[in-house]
Amino acid sequence: MSKKIFRRAGFLAATLAAGIFATSVQASDPIKIGSFLSATGPASFLGDPELKTLEMYVEKINADGGVLGRQLQLIHYDDAGDASQARNFASRLVRNDRVDIIIGGSTTGTTMSAAPLIEQARTPFISLAGAIVITEPVKPWVFKTPQSDRMAAERVLGDMQSRGITKVGLISDTGGFGSSGRTQTLEVAANYGIEILADETYGPSDTDMTAQLTRIRNAGVEAVFNFGFGQGPALVTRNYAQLGIDLPFYQSHGVASDRFLELAGTAAEGLRLPASPLLVPDSLDDADPQKAVVQNYKAEYEARWNTQVSTFGAYAYDGLMLAVMAIEQAGSTDREAVRSALENIQGYVGVTGIYNLSPEDHMGLTADSFRILEVKDGQWNLID
Amino acid sequence: MLNSLFQSRQFGLLVLALIIIVLPFGLQNDFHYDIAIQMGLIAATVVGLNLLVGFAGQISLGHAAFFGVGAYMSAILTGTYGWSPIPVLLFAAVVVGIIAFVVGRPILRLKGHYLSMATLAVGFIIYIIINNERRITGGPDGISVPSLSIFGAELNVFNDYQILGMTLSGTFLWYVLAGVLLLLAVWIAQNIIDSPIGRALRSVHGSEVAARVVGVDTARFKSLVFVISAVYASIMGSFYAHYTGFITPQIASFEHSIVLITMVVLGGMASTLGVILGVVVLKLLPQVLADFQELEMMMFGLILMLTMIFMPKGLLPTLQGLARKYLRKKPEEGV
Repeated sequence: MSKKIFRRAGFLAATLAAGIFATSVQASDPIKIGSFLSATGPASFLGDPELKTLEMYVEKINADGGVLGRQLQLIHYDDAGDASQARNFASRLVRNDRVDIIIGGSTTGTTMSAAPLIEQARTPFISLAGAIVITEPVKPWVFKTPQSDRMAAERVLGDMQSRGITKVGLISDTGGFGSSGRTQTLEVAANYGIEILADETYGPSDTDMTAQLTRIRNAGVEAVFNFGFGQGPALVTRNYAQLGIDLPFYQSHGVASDRFLELAGTAAEGLRLPASPLLVPDSLDDADPQKAVVQNYKAEYEARWNTQVSTFGAYAYDGLMLAVMAIEQAGSTDREAVRSALENIQGYVGVTGIYNLSPEDHMGLTADSFRILEVKDGQWNLID
Repeated sequence: MLNSLFQSRQFGLLVLALIIIVLPFGLQNDFHYDIAIQMGLIAATVVGLNLLVGFAGQISLGHAAFFGVGAYMSAILTGTYGWSPIPVLLFAAVVVGIIAFVVGRPILRLKGHYLSMATLAVGFIIYIIINNERRITGGPDGISVPSLSIFGAELNVFNDYQILGMTLSGTFLWYVLAGVLLLLAVWIAQNIIDSPIGRALRSVHGSEVAARVVGVDTARFKSLVFVISAVYASIMGSFYAHYTGFITPQIASFEHSIVLITMVVLGGMASTLGVILGVVVLKLLPQVLADFQELEMMMFGLILMLTMIFMPKGLLPTLQGLARKYLRKKPEEGV
């Protein structure tokens, strides 16, 4: 009896070991696209649409005959928003699965912890995270598709400048997104002749920001800018309306979703934010080269998943399309060739913006790719 | 005879050393080494934690914070201020030891599980400080850590080294270092357990009143072992930071503390080798289950649940019990 148990245990152990250590070296026909995303956990609102987008377009590209006549194979691991998990999965992708290119890293933390490993393995890596540190200074093998938080700050401050505002109150959350945005805003404000008179913060799970907003109001500012994502900005917006502050109010691209409008309700009326054209596909000018791409992505995504499209998924769309373009231009999956093709892509019209990459700029977007939207009658309205 | 071998602590250390030596033959690429190195470093932390949980019967819910303080002090002092890694590592260990003493000494005079509450609070405070002091710690986005250098010689995972005419990769040397650290951690822990301190601790675990009656200064021993386990965590945190090269506040989080405690309980409390098995299982599972995608967390929970229901003493003690039963039965079968 116990012998049997031992034999079974041995068998089980052997199967497990085979599962972990099996390095499948096949005829290497498909092009391997590796990915680690935060599809579950606290950052799943980023990772989930990103993963859905990748799955859907890899299927679509394969149905259309693949790339260079080869099928794409998506190898995805879920890091659940944990940076050390992300690092381990990146290690697995480059060392064990030996993927040709990596598209992933939903957050700045997961991207940065994986980047040194991927750099060393000399594998092209397109990150889907925001912070400017990812591509500045330029790392030869690391690219990213979302605009940096600095650009969002520049776009907002630019819009304030055009309205003649010079004194601004800043309120940001202490999470990664908010605190990075705060740093960037403070750094670039002077370039737009804007003075930050009040600089307040709140915890990501706080439920009332009245105290901070009161201090900002009393500082004698002409406009208020809130940098953050999640439920915080919706609460700030509600508190702002409750206090009856009658000053121009700005949010960051972190809340650019219809969900935010639901949470903030009528309090959001009149606020402005920088956002992807994906929120207003039909108000875009017909001459706008992005219009068709944006409409297409929205329609395809919503038809396939039966859920609302998200700007974060669009980062993955642009990442995948850039990767495919680079592989086609390189004519092979030779890593160095793909890398240098990536860094020379010019005029790719994506959902997020129009990309012009260069060896000095591994993101390739300008601040103009953000559209300034205003909330009017509970709807997004294109201003600029 | 085999039975007494199983009991002997030197035997355990020997088995562990053998496994560490033999393992490289089964590791096929750098990714496997990568996971093995992390297991070694975390296992050494957990061996220290086990002294507190398994032998003194106290629970620390803030051990990841001590790990984090070690890691972050190494990251900041070597990265930002250019100090040498080893002195920083020792300095961090002293700082963490003092924190643990200040927290533990007054609380451990009380009976019951007050230590877990205090460590919970301290853990949260440390986590929040690391998370919010962006200018110093890099905030939630993390901070990169320079590679380890010992007496001026840099040990970088990504370099190759010429030693005695052989070319060895940095990863392999890190594996050797992690293996040595783990053996050292186990050896020190076993010596503590077998010393008067260890006996005093076990008496505290058994019955604190009885221990006091026979003249054991329970508060002193409990706080001593608490400080030792915190220092273990700090030192391993420093090594871990240098190894991974990038850390985020998550390593100091409450969730990570829980993971560390789970490793102890799963592997087998008060069994030094058992907790190492706990680390191996908990570190391997996410990799093994990664292919199941959405089902991953469910299967993870299920495995933990079943283990705790059917092996309440932990993996290794239960397996040892089974093996012992099997060996005892065998002669009967022969008859």
